[in-house]
Amino acid sequence: MKPRPAAGRRLANLVVSSLATGSALLGMLILAWIVWVVVSRGLGAFNLAFFTQLPTPPGMEGGGLANAIVGTLVMTLLATLVAVPLGLMAGVYLAEFAQGSRLADNTRFSANVLIGMPSIIIGIFAYALVVVPLGRFSGYAGIVALAIIMLPIAARTTEDMLRLVPNTLREAALALGAPRWRITLSIVFRAAKAGLITGILLAVARVSGETAPLLFTALNSPYMMTSLGQPTPNLTVTIFNYAMSPYPDWQQKAWGASLLITGGVLALTLFTRHTLRERKT
Amino acid sequence: MPTDSLTISDRPVQQASARGDRTFRRLTVASALLIPLLMGGIFLALLHQSLPALKRFGFGFLTSQQWNPVTENFGALSSIYGTLVSTLIAMVLAVPLSLALALFLVELAPPRLSRVVGTIIELLAAIPSIIYGMWGMFIFAPFMANYIQPALGKTLGWLPLFQGPPMGIGMLTAGIILAFMVLPFICAITRDIFSLVPNVVKEAAFGMGATTWEVTYKVTIPYGLVGIIGAVFLGLGRALGETMAVTFVIGNSHRISTSLFGAGNTIASTLANEFSEATKAMYVSSLIELGLILFIISYAVQMFSQMLLKRMYRSWSVGL
Repeated sequence: MKPRPAAGRRLANLVVSSLATGSALLGMLILAWIVWVVVSRGLGAFNLAFFTQLPTPPGMEGGGLANAIVGTLVMTLLATLVAVPLGLMAGVYLAEFAQGSRLADNTRFSANVLIGMPSIIIGIFAYALVVVPLGRFSGYAGIVALAIIMLPIAARTTEDMLRLVPNTLREAALALGAPRWRITLSIVFRAAKAGLITGILLAVARVSGETAPLLFTALNSPYMMTSLGQPTPNLTVTIFNYAMSPYPDWQQKAWGASLLITGGVLALTLFTRHTLRERKT
Repeated sequence: MPTDSLTISDRPVQQASARGDRTFRRLTVASALLIPLLMGGIFLALLHQSLPALKRFGFGFLTSQQWNPVTENFGALSSIYGTLVSTLIAMVLAVPLSLALALFLVELAPPRLSRVVGTIIELLAAIPSIIYGMWGMFIFAPFMANYIQPALGKTLGWLPLFQGPPMGIGMLTAGIILAFMVLPFICAITRDIFSLVPNVVKEAAFGMGATTWEVTYKVTIPYGLVGIIGAVFLGLGRALGETMAVTFVIGNSHRISTSLFGAGNTIASTLANEFSEATKAMYVSSLIELGLILFIISYAVQMFSQMLLKRMYRSWSVGL
């Protein structure tokens, strides 16, 4: 084999290295750009009324998004309460009981596929499951959609976190004569606590920014919610509707809502990354 | 559990805990069962709701460009076309970018810098779709119209793909934003794969005098190729179903335009735009059939990607 000239090889290496560095810079630039735009435009919308008042009729200035903030919080909280216990139990099965069973393979595969499934599909499913039988858009349908999105994420993270717990802990507890359910709930869960909480928070962060599954389940509403059986106001669908409106005041409110959502999601994500890393090292 | 050595007085305790164990196990099995059932339930529900449209339009639904709510004549062609083209643009941009980025994180950057940059890239994945939409419509689309599209028109305008007025919104803008959105997903897995390649293998190549690029190109990439393809398909699955960001910037037109500057739509954007306003049964059913098509495409892509990643991780006997 004839050796190629060193200069050409070094040049190729230099080109690729600079392209790699360039793409890293580009990625960071895009994030900085988005965050900067959201912060600079969103801050202007923040005032007391934004957090405490109801929306004004179209074209009228003033008012706020108190109803949407409450709606998003309530729906996210209830979806978490539905999905997390189920996800924890499914994760326990995968990590503690399954041992290569066919059900475990199926569950793991379905969970992975569901995590990658477009959230708007989940929205249609919740529509068919809840909206069609009830005959109207409702907060319940929104909660069902969000819970379905959370469930597979919660199950898979639980499995991963429980697998990190050393087997010696389980064996020690078994040797003391403790039943499996006690071992799981009071030994394994306690050992994996930080990881489990992190996983749940990440799932909450993922779901709280979702718009597509709410578009035709919870819909939206300009009023304070009084029952989950009606269309329920929420921040993300409000952003969509207000951004597409011709009123500058509404567009500004959409930026305010964007800042609220982005700030919340990024803070949750960064916080969980931080705690995860501290545990690892 | 050993039971033969128990004394009589221990037995009630043992039985109670066995009963508790059985109940607990059943609860976990039921929860685990719920996930595949949901998966199947979603498919059946979509199929059931789209039956009226399936019966009325048959296979013609896939090949018709009609989309007329007034005469109730529906066809999916423009939405399918838009979904595929926007995804293709996204992948053409995102795959080389994420490979280069993974190379930077694993081989070039010092560990501390790599950690910081890695976290920042991960945050790109955390930003909600609708925020990309807001940024895309109000900031990035005008930027495209003022700078990128005129430049492309001047240099590549002889191609029909880059002709027409630079409006900012349209297929190209949607594809580029999709690329930024799937970048972190592909990058995260590629980065894992790059760092899992045994150091001995890389060092052997470095010892022969190979440059970083040669090691990547001839050792790392072939070593992890199956997994990289799996990662690419994972990102592809994401791009296919992205909804809000695309809805904001694609222009939402049911006509197929040859130019990438033109407006278009995707399956997901059509659903987001029209579903809550559709009142007639046939209209809703046709929209749900669009959803069924998206479900089938996503399922196939996900399955393929899971298969590749699983095979790779198994052959390396790590994880999963």
